[in-house]
Amino acid sequence: MEMPAPDVKIMAKKAKLVERLQSVLPLDAVIHDEFETRAYECDALTAYKCPPLCAVLPSSTQEVSAVLKICHEEGVPVVPRGSGTSLAGGALPTADSVILGVAKLNDVIETSYEDRYIKVQTGRTNLSVTGAVEENDFFYAPDPSSQLACAIAGNIAMNSGGAHCLKYGVTTNNLLGVTMVQMDGTVVEIGGAHLDSGGYDLLGLICGSEGQMGVVTEATLRILRKPEGARPVLMGFDDNEVAGACVADIIKAGVLPVAIEFMDRPVIRATEAFAGAGYPDCEALLIVEVEGSPGEIDEQLSKILEIARRHNPVELRESTSAEESAKIWLGRKSAFGAMGQINDYMCLDGTIPVSELPYVLKRIGELSKQYGLDVGNVFHAGDGNMHPLILFDANKEGDLELCEAMGADILRLCVEVGGCLTGEHGVGIEKRDLMFDQFKPEDMEAQMKVKDVFDPKWLLNPAKVFPLSVTETRRAG
Amino acid sequence: MMTPDSEAALAEAVAGAKGPLRIQGGGTRPIGQAEGEVLSTAGLSGIELYEPGALTLVVRAGTPVAVIEAALAKENQRLPFDPMDHRALLGTKGEPTIGGVVATNASGPRRIQAGACRDSLIGVRYVDGQGAVIKNGGRVMKNVTGYDLVKLLAGSYGTLGVLTEVGFKVLPGIEATATLVLNGLDVTRAVDAMSKALGSPFEISAAAHFPETGQTTLRLEGFEASVTYRMAQLRALLDGFGDMEELHGDASRDLWTATRDVTHFAGAQGDLWRISVKPSDAPDVVKHLPDGARLSLDWGGGMIWVVAPKGADIRAALGGIAGHATCLRGSAPTFHPEPAPVAAISRGLREKFDPRGILNTGLMG
Repeated sequence: MEMPAPDVKIMAKKAKLVERLQSVLPLDAVIHDEFETRAYECDALTAYKCPPLCAVLPSSTQEVSAVLKICHEEGVPVVPRGSGTSLAGGALPTADSVILGVAKLNDVIETSYEDRYIKVQTGRTNLSVTGAVEENDFFYAPDPSSQLACAIAGNIAMNSGGAHCLKYGVTTNNLLGVTMVQMDGTVVEIGGAHLDSGGYDLLGLICGSEGQMGVVTEATLRILRKPEGARPVLMGFDDNEVAGACVADIIKAGVLPVAIEFMDRPVIRATEAFAGAGYPDCEALLIVEVEGSPGEIDEQLSKILEIARRHNPVELRESTSAEESAKIWLGRKSAFGAMGQINDYMCLDGTIPVSELPYVLKRIGELSKQYGLDVGNVFHAGDGNMHPLILFDANKEGDLELCEAMGADILRLCVEVGGCLTGEHGVGIEKRDLMFDQFKPEDMEAQMKVKDVFDPKWLLNPAKVFPLSVTETRRAG
Repeated sequence: MMTPDSEAALAEAVAGAKGPLRIQGGGTRPIGQAEGEVLSTAGLSGIELYEPGALTLVVRAGTPVAVIEAALAKENQRLPFDPMDHRALLGTKGEPTIGGVVATNASGPRRIQAGACRDSLIGVRYVDGQGAVIKNGGRVMKNVTGYDLVKLLAGSYGTLGVLTEVGFKVLPGIEATATLVLNGLDVTRAVDAMSKALGSPFEISAAAHFPETGQTTLRLEGFEASVTYRMAQLRALLDGFGDMEELHGDASRDLWTATRDVTHFAGAQGDLWRISVKPSDAPDVVKHLPDGARLSLDWGGGMIWVVAPKGADIRAALGGIAGHATCLRGSAPTFHPEPAPVAAISRGLREKFDPRGILNTGLMG
């Protein structure tokens, strides 16, 4: 993955820049020692690393504004960073950039159960937002797998999803307002605790813009009352196609589960070896979860089980206790870890129309043979968001490149059948050059014009999202 | 009036325009004063793709809402967000189109549970101010590839581009519906009751209050047995909020269609306003409305419809309260003024999407 060559003129004025940043931040909030900046050299896409010029950790919106103003004046690129859990390289720096970390911004500012929102600083982790309201039986709905570590800032930048978005939506559907600092230091308030926008939907535009429009320092998030209960059912099938048809039939029947998770045989076997959740050895496994009171859960599950039976499952297991529920989820929740035990892996994130599921799984199997790399599939079946895990050996010469080439083929396949490159991880650097496969030049131009408005000098996270060749003249300007 | 019959013809019409264009779907939502020759999307009609098993629908922008609702009903599905029909309230005739729904982000009482139009919208095609056809989003419900121009276009009143195609996530139909009616509450108590209900686990899908009849209405939907169960729980929860009655089936459905379309203010004389605030601020806003103003509350108190004496400055009633007020009929500016840095962004976007300034000149900002 190519990154722009660092600007030597910027590198040369590091001392001056550090001095200016130290004039607006506490000394320990400016990290410039070459040994210490290595902590910021990558995010969760660890195949790519580059220490930044320096990193700053501001503690307030005002400090963020002061930092950005200086970087704007000096013409220095800034890479915003939440918790560094991006799988797409969203927080990967260049050697001439300043990492702006929001880790010190983690307070709860205001909570209203009456109006059902919480206002937080965006360095706060996803799970700790729910943590702040759960004693009152409320929760924050988006639940990315990394929710223990990932920051709300990153969730907003990538418009993160999770296992339960079939019912509750993704970040953009649960975000009510933001305080954002633009690259020139201007602080804007967009939205609030009310439900809709009086002008253009700038909130919807900012969410998912991968830190390219501004640094979001505060966010007002919708919180919901917890359901009375939830219970999963596990189903095994000896055919992917039948499992896919079962998903479609459940949806058509008018039941809307909160989650429908799908695992294929390689993942089932890996998780069994790793976690021993007692899954059947079959071709495809579904975990379907519903919510409500005990009576409501029974009613929904009986409808779901009736549909499942029509598809000749090899196994149907209804949870009857909290322990059994946990056991059903155990394998799914340890799927990534289990695959990681086997080898290094690359996790893809394309979305497809659910009707294309059998065809896409078949094609992925063929690509696996063609490239000689094993693939496991685990994904959110209700919304078509795939997570193929390609296994490779990082220590073997050429294996990473082979894996990337195969990943690109799988993502092109997703686009070809009417889907997209990324459903919840974001483009970052990882899928940047595949944007040509999804968008015509004018479609990308329309998007880049938006960045021109928010950040005319293209200093905020400039080497992400769009292919470098199409942003070159803008970045140079 | 131009009524192109294809996206390409529409793009040509925009590219070749010599002056301002007034973009129109069915012409049933004349909100604000747009100028110029009418460019209608009515010629772009029809369903492009509908996959019930994937809960997705893609339609041309000029498709009548009624056509879409009928197609969905056949598969026992629906649009998630209850699009408002403005005809009764604004006294207009014609056929509401889905493009008009998206351009105004028209969202009904279900907004509080299922989100607005923009939350169900998963893809758009549009023609920008220079006549270029642009695609954003697509036909899948989870998509973070590139910037979300889908949301930007929703509610942009045709000022950033002319919509030619829109895609939605749809939802399964509803088996049973019931409404709990609380009688005799004032605005403050009504908002309390609605907040309590909306903060419960009983999945209230709509909450409204009508000071003129003293009724507060809370809707429950789902499978029959579940609705029955939650109704009993809700009654117990709101014990002490006064006299209760229940509406079921068609009586409940009709009530919410009327609430969605604000038919209680159809034909009312005076200026027409729509205010958006957080629910707990509603009593304060109401207190500051001018004498003679009529009002009703939706979205649990978060949206206030007001019929006010002609010329009354309703935005003043907001005082320092966060939110905004749209003037659908009256002499005040239609759209709420934005703070300077936000207005600068809005202006910048408009200049990029429509550099010649020809699309719905006079609307938004």
